[in-house]
Amino acid sequence: MIRLVREIGAATVRFVEELGQLGVFAGAIVRSTVSPPVRVRLFVAELFKLGVLSLIIVCVCGLAVGMVLSLQGYNTLVRFGAEESLGAVVGLSLVRELGPVLTALLTTGRAGSATAAEIGTMVATEQLDGLRMMSVDPIDLVVTPKALAMIVVMPLLSALFIVSGLAGGYLVGVEMMGVDSGNYVSSLRASIDFYDDVAGSLLKALVFGMLTGLIATHRGYTCTPNSAGVSAATTSTVVVGSVSILISDYFITALWGV
Amino acid sequence: MRGTEARHEAQVAFSNVGMSFGRREVFRSLSCGFPAGKLSVILGGSGSGKSTMLRLMGGLVRPSSGTIRVADTDVTTLSESRLFEVRQKLGMMFQGGALLDALTVFDNLALPLRERADMSEAEIADLVHARLEAVGLADVDDLLPGQLSGGMVKRVAVARATMMQPAILLCDEPFSGLDPISAARIERLLLGINRDHGITVILVSHSVASTLRMADHVLILLPDGPIEGSPTTLASATDPRVRAFLGGEVDETLIGGGEDPVPSGLLS
Repeated sequence: MIRLVREIGAATVRFVEELGQLGVFAGAIVRSTVSPPVRVRLFVAELFKLGVLSLIIVCVCGLAVGMVLSLQGYNTLVRFGAEESLGAVVGLSLVRELGPVLTALLTTGRAGSATAAEIGTMVATEQLDGLRMMSVDPIDLVVTPKALAMIVVMPLLSALFIVSGLAGGYLVGVEMMGVDSGNYVSSLRASIDFYDDVAGSLLKALVFGMLTGLIATHRGYTCTPNSAGVSAATTSTVVVGSVSILISDYFITALWGV
Repeated sequence: MRGTEARHEAQVAFSNVGMSFGRREVFRSLSCGFPAGKLSVILGGSGSGKSTMLRLMGGLVRPSSGTIRVADTDVTTLSESRLFEVRQKLGMMFQGGALLDALTVFDNLALPLRERADMSEAEIADLVHARLEAVGLADVDDLLPGQLSGGMVKRVAVARATMMQPAILLCDEPFSGLDPISAARIERLLLGINRDHGITVILVSHSVASTLRMADHVLILLPDGPIEGSPTTLASATDPRVRAFLGGEVDETLIGGGEDPVPSGLLS
């Protein structure tokens, strides 16, 4: 019994310690963001790597999710003779929940893991120590552009996922199932409120972007400097990132009603 | 390169330094010094803490006890931002080069200048090309580090470490994994940096022959404490530990082990 309590205590201390380290790391990123120099070129390069290179996967997945959602929604709604509400069902599901959450999970898997692996490899090959010895802060040069790009990219990718999903939903609902296109579009427009739904969705994506950016860069930056350490950092970025996204999604939804 | 004033302040001193990685103790109470303007070599067996000493000098790791003075500053208690000031007097060549693999050779060399010096791109380009020429690599500036041979990586790393005209150059295993011609080229390069420009060079090496040839000052890390002196005094030393190390006549009591040529269990 005492052993169990001791283990729980040790695990709690470890968790709090890691949380504290993450807080200090986030503080360093914020400090580096607000202090010169502004690294526009590096930031744009990261936007390309994290954003543009994720476009295809996000669009394809968005389209597929919209199509499935439309198919399932139609089969359910048609039982109640409410198939003209298909646009609202597809739209609300995508905008409020599936768009930001699935985009964040996809981005964590693709861009988050790549970010952790890239920084982790730099740690393992002493590239970050090399920067330190040249009096260049690795957080400023390497970490901050990646973390900021992740924050900016997430709402944009989420918006793209939602648009692709709506198109997929239209394709299946209107073109395949025969729902009236006017009904699909009008129920969509009538049900979605800009402030409650769209702004809330962007807010969620923004928070997910912060979480993914912070977790991926922190895991890479603090990894054990060997190949196993890089592998562990990559895996834990996906696991911790995904769990954090899903848990924070619940709290954002519960607290702000988004 | 840097003037006389900077050369005189280039001195490193360890005082009662203790260092452990987890339960493994690397140093208990290490005290030693590296004279300004000289070429010092740190020798020692694998795991004796040679590379750790360089990392301690650069403030990349912190000791568990003691002080380390680098150019009259105790680096053991400095914050990271203050360490950046001290590191402007240091250049470090890492064992694997530590070149940024996403940048070309030119950009690797230009990086410290773009970050720390107030120079135009044209001035930076001139300086980078001059440095590459000095290390005998005039035609590699557009290549990525991954496209270079081991010897070329080491020479680029030396060039990068000297870009900011350091007062002290730290080199971790500059000759490891190199063929004799490449090793001789690096040796000549380091000697030139020390003799012609007065930069204090502290390097870690396994090569006894090159150490005796080029060093002004040698520190040998042995299990029961360090021994230091000039190559001449160490070469004529009667201490069996020094003779064993320099002559390769290995005394079993120094390395541990038993009578079996192959310890049981190793190949079973």
